[in-house]
Amino acid sequence: MINFQYARADSVADAVRQIAAAPTAKFIAGGTNLIDLMKEGVERPARLIDITHLPLKDVTETAGGGLKIGALVPNSDLAYHPAVEKRYPLLASAILAGASQQLRNMASTGGNLLQRTRCVYFYDVATPCNKREPGAGCSAIDGVNRQHAILGHSAACIATHPSDMCVALAMLEAKVHVTGPSGERVIAFADFHRLPGDTPQRDTNLEPDEIIMAVELPAQGFAANYTYLKLRDRLSYAFALVSVAVGMELAGGVIRDARFALGGVAHKPWRDPQAEAVLQRQRPEEETFRRAADTLLRNARGFKHNAFKIELARRALVRALAQAARGTPQSQADKKIA
Amino acid sequence: MARTVRAVMEAEPTAPAPEKLTVTLVINGRETRLSVAPWTTLLDTLRDRLALTGTKKGCDHGQCGACTVLVDGRRINSCLTLAVMKDGAQVTTIEGLAKDGALHPLQQAFIDHDAFQCGYCTPGQICSAAGLIAEGKAKTVDEIRELMSGNICRCGAYVNIVAAIQQAMGKA
Repeated sequence: MINFQYARADSVADAVRQIAAAPTAKFIAGGTNLIDLMKEGVERPARLIDITHLPLKDVTETAGGGLKIGALVPNSDLAYHPAVEKRYPLLASAILAGASQQLRNMASTGGNLLQRTRCVYFYDVATPCNKREPGAGCSAIDGVNRQHAILGHSAACIATHPSDMCVALAMLEAKVHVTGPSGERVIAFADFHRLPGDTPQRDTNLEPDEIIMAVELPAQGFAANYTYLKLRDRLSYAFALVSVAVGMELAGGVIRDARFALGGVAHKPWRDPQAEAVLQRQRPEEETFRRAADTLLRNARGFKHNAFKIELARRALVRALAQAARGTPQSQADKKIA
Repeated sequence: MARTVRAVMEAEPTAPAPEKLTVTLVINGRETRLSVAPWTTLLDTLRDRLALTGTKKGCDHGQCGACTVLVDGRRINSCLTLAVMKDGAQVTTIEGLAKDGALHPLQQAFIDHDAFQCGYCTPGQICSAAGLIAEGKAKTVDEIRELMSGNICRCGAYVNIVAAIQQAMGKA
């Protein structure tokens, strides 16, 4: 691994001060992605600022009936938190669909949002990559692109965002509380991650000198009708080819509200209000679900090795909507897909 | 010369860091003070500095689980953990599971069920299973398999590993 300096931050203000004073530094919390990237030479910070001692480890109730999750709450603790299990079972399910228990024990809430794509060319410093080195070119477009995007990609980058947790947070319309030299601000989840465009080096709209303090969940958790359906090359411990988070509200046999987000298909968790609108005030029937899926994928475009994901996403969404409507969410232990 | 982590914290953020920092780890119940470079992983510290070679280096990227140890009672990948970040932590490795000359129930169960072939993944499997039992979330075979998925066994001893964990869970 590369050599670097190490320092601890003992308060949020101290962390912000330290990062402002050392622009080539990076914060480290769980380290599960950053240390791996440093071993590969993809990330080369001159200094790591250890933020694991900051007081950002609580899950608290908000005045609006939601939950505020401290940025340092480990993924496993969040998945097993009683309030999350009861009121946001989708979030618990999505977290448990990702990584391994060892990694979930280490990985932080804030770090999960900031993990980087697992595109093999991004990881391999011997190959050109616009995300790693702007202007170098994209090796994935004509390379092995099975894991890559079918929606929202650009000529510069077809990488996908790897998180499962973030797919749930996008569907739940979480908010990200951040702070930096110019004070605190709140970023809507939809605005947190970016599409690649011609600046694929920027994954998020977090400024380099800002730090995530908390993720806030609104009151609506869709605890009765939800699912997180993840499809991948092996049954556990693999990144999604396609994943779908659904939340639905039913009243009198009709869909009163329905939202969905997809993982594994784009540079950010993918929401499509136009496709969601197809479901509103409709009966929860397969024909309706198919129309929503057709709308969702109207502009999808695949590449040599991932064009199958368009049909896979279509079927995954139809199945996930049916699971949510029935109130039979996908189990993350018993892998049978009903 | 080694300096404490606290001393570095109090230094100017732009001041050059010393090459090594002093940390205290409580490893298998024994307090151990040593100086490490910031970039030294807990895995390399255990194996290369403390000669605790039971913990194995497989992929060194958090993908195989061979390096699994318990830190403050929770299972983690020691290959993705910096030793300097665990100052004061309790670390339990495979060498620390047996008590008073008697094998840990998981160690005995792995023998009883022939839950390994080459044995390279076994220390990580056993530490991971100890973490799994402490977590108390796995009740069914499906749940054991899912919550052990961070430990790869390329000999393919999975069926016997699950059986061994079930036996140890019955005794835990």
